[in-house]
Amino acid sequence: MDVGVVGYGVYIPKYRIRVEEIAKVWGDDPESVKRGLLIEEKSVPAPDEDTATIAVEAARNAVKQTGIDPHDIGAIYVGSESHPYAVKPTATIVAEAIEATPDLTAADYEFACKAGTVGIQTCMGGVEAGMIKYGMAIGSDTAQGAPGDALEYTAAAGGCAFIVGRNGSNTLAAIEDTYSYTTDTPDFWRREMRSYPKHGGRFTGKPAYFKHVLAAANGLLRKLQLTTQDFAYVVFHQPNGKFPLLAAKELGFSKEQVAPGLLVPKIGNTYSGSTMIGLAAVLDQAKPEERILAVSYGSGAGSDAFSIVVRDGIEGKRDAAPKVLDYVGQRVIIDYATYAKFRKLLVK
Amino acid sequence: MRDVAVIGVGLTKFGELWDVSFRQLMAEAGARAIEDAGIDGKQIDAMYVGNMSSGQFIRQEHISSIVADHAGLVPIPSTRVEGACASGGLALRQAVIAVASGIHDIVVAGGIEKMTDVLTGQATGALATAADQEWEVFVGATFPGLYALMARRHMYEFGTTEEQMAMVAVKNHHNACFNTCAQYKTEITVEDVLKSPPVTSPIKLLDCSPITDGAACVILAPAEKARKFTDTPIMVAGTGQASDTISLHGRSSFTSLRATIEAARTAYKRAGVKPDDIDLVEVHDCFTIAEIMAIEDLGFCRKGEGGKVTEQGETAIGGRIPVNTSGGLKGKGHPVGATGIAQAVEIVQQLRGEAGKRQSDGAEVGLTHNVGGSGGTAVVHVLRRGD
Repeated sequence: MDVGVVGYGVYIPKYRIRVEEIAKVWGDDPESVKRGLLIEEKSVPAPDEDTATIAVEAARNAVKQTGIDPHDIGAIYVGSESHPYAVKPTATIVAEAIEATPDLTAADYEFACKAGTVGIQTCMGGVEAGMIKYGMAIGSDTAQGAPGDALEYTAAAGGCAFIVGRNGSNTLAAIEDTYSYTTDTPDFWRREMRSYPKHGGRFTGKPAYFKHVLAAANGLLRKLQLTTQDFAYVVFHQPNGKFPLLAAKELGFSKEQVAPGLLVPKIGNTYSGSTMIGLAAVLDQAKPEERILAVSYGSGAGSDAFSIVVRDGIEGKRDAAPKVLDYVGQRVIIDYATYAKFRKLLVK
Repeated sequence: MRDVAVIGVGLTKFGELWDVSFRQLMAEAGARAIEDAGIDGKQIDAMYVGNMSSGQFIRQEHISSIVADHAGLVPIPSTRVEGACASGGLALRQAVIAVASGIHDIVVAGGIEKMTDVLTGQATGALATAADQEWEVFVGATFPGLYALMARRHMYEFGTTEEQMAMVAVKNHHNACFNTCAQYKTEITVEDVLKSPPVTSPIKLLDCSPITDGAACVILAPAEKARKFTDTPIMVAGTGQASDTISLHGRSSFTSLRATIEAARTAYKRAGVKPDDIDLVEVHDCFTIAEIMAIEDLGFCRKGEGGKVTEQGETAIGGRIPVNTSGGLKGKGHPVGATGIAQAVEIVQQLRGEAGKRQSDGAEVGLTHNVGGSGGTAVVHVLRRGD
C-alpha cells in the first residue's frame, strides 16, 4: 500500500480520579482492583467536555502538526460509542471547527472501541483510490461505566486524530498494510436509550478480546510475511493493563515493547481513543525505520491490525503539537463527589 | 434384583467452555464412555440424564429427547432426572435400578449442565430455585447464605475454624492440579482463601464451588455380563437416597444433613460395608463447610471433628480417607447436573488404578455423595472392584 500517516494529534481531559477514591465509595479493596486491572487512575471529562470537543482538540493538534491546509482533507470519520447525538454527526462539528468544510465527506462510526481504526482504514481506501487527498480518522470517547460496575474503574475520556495521505515527503510513518478479523461475538453492548453498557464478565476476555486481537495480529504477520522480531513496538487496545500485556506475551513481544504505548494505568480506557492514543505515544518517541504493530479491538467483535514504519519526516514535525505524555502529565485529581457531578450522576 | 457393574466412563473438560454447546458436551462425554466400554451404540437399551436447570441456563427443556437424538440413540427410552445439584446422582440411581430390575441390560447414566451461557447473576438465580422459594429465597436467602448459617452453627457447636474450612479448598485445588478435566488447576494457600472477597460471612469466594460447563457419563451392565466388556468391572455395591425438608428452618439440626445420613445408611447396608471399609470418597463440597459436614455424616469421623481431621491431613491423597481426589466440586468444577455422575467417574478410575498422579494406592471400595440444594435430597453410592 502506498499510504501513510501525515499527522496525528491527541487530547486527554486533565481531570483524574484514582482507584482508591472509587473503591472507597463501593467498599472494594483498592489493592485487589489495582492488581487485577493494572490501573491507578483514569481521566474524567470536565462538565463542558464531550466526545465532540475532545475530537476537535485532537483534530486541531493533528492539523497543527502537519501544517496542511484543512481544505485538502476530503473525508472526516469520527469513531465513538459516546457520540453526543444519536442522530446528527460529530464529524461535521469537527469539520467545521478545523475549517475543512464544505468540500468533503464526513460521517460517524460506531464499532465499540475500534471505530476510530475503522476510520483509518476507510481513509486509506479513499486515498489509495484517489478519491481524496487526505482523510482524517478520529477515535474519541467519554466512556460510560455504570456506578459500581467494574467498568467504572477504567471507563475514561480521550481522543486521537490521524491524518492519512499518499506516501510522500510529508509522511511521518508509512502504513504498510492492515488486516481485520471480525465475528459476531456479543461480549459487551449498550442498547438504544440505555445509559450504560452491559458486559459478559470473563466472556469479554478469552473468546472476545484475546481471540480477535491475536487473530488479527497473526493474520497481518502472515499477510506481510513478518515475525514479531521485525517490530520494535507493539500497541493493543487497552481495556485494562493486564490484557495488552497478556496479548503481547502470547505473541512473543517483551514488556519493553508494549510499555511505551500502554497508557491505561495512568489515563484509563479511552475506548475509541485507546489504541490510537497508544500508537500516538509510540510515534512520539519512535526512531525512523522502526516498525510498529498496532491492533485495536472493538466489542461485538473485531480487531484491526496495522503495520507502520516510521519515516525520517517525523523528527521535524512531532514537536509541533502537545504530545501524549504532555497530556498524561497534566492532571488534576478529583474526589468522587466532583466526579459524580462532572459525570452528571448528581444533577441539581 | 441383579448386581450391577460400571463398564465404561467418560468425562468432558470442566470449565468455562464458551465455544462448546450443551449438545456437544453430552455427545463428547457419551462418546468417551462408549469408547471406554468398548460397546456399540446399538447395544444401549436406555438412558437417564441428570440435569438441573437447562430451562433456565439455555432456555431448553425436554432434553431427554435432545440427548438421545444427538447421541444417535433414538428410539431408545431416554429420561431426564432432576433433583437440583443431586440430579446426576439420582440419574445414576435410576439407571442402576433399571439394570437391577431386569428391565434393561445396557443403560447409560449421564449428567450435564451448561451454565456459562447466562450472566453470573442469572446463574446464581437459577441455582437459588433449588432452595425454598417461598420461605427462603423470597426473603433474600441464597445458597452461600444458607451454607453460611450451617458453617456458623458448626463453628459455634464444635469450634470449627475458618482456617479449617480453607484447608478443604486448598486440598481440593491441589488434587485438581492432577486432573486434566478440572476447571482450576491452580494451587492456592489458606491465606489466599482467607483473604478472598467475603460472600456471606464466614464463607468467602474461595470457599465456594464455581459455575461450570461440563458433562459426564457412565455405562452400566448386569454384573454377569460385565466381563464380556471389561476386565475391570466396578460393581455398584450399594445405592441409597433420602429426602429432607427443602428449607433449613424445618430441620432439627443445622450441623448435619439428615438426608446424607439416611442415604448413607441405606447404601452401606445394601453394600454390606461400614465406613471403615471405604478407601476413598467423592463428597459434595459445594462449599468447604459442606465437605466437613459430609465426612462426619458419612461416618468417617465423629460429629464435629470434620475440620480437625481435614487439618490433620487425613482427607488428603495418601491420608486415612482421601476425600475428593478429583478436586471435588471446588477444584474440578460443579456443572450441577453432571456432578453426581462425575463423582462416579472419579471413583471408577481410582478403583481401576487409572487415576494417574492423583491415584490413591490400593483402593478397593469407594463412595460417592451427591446433595441437592441445602440437603433436601442426598444420594450415596458404594462402588467396589469387581475382581
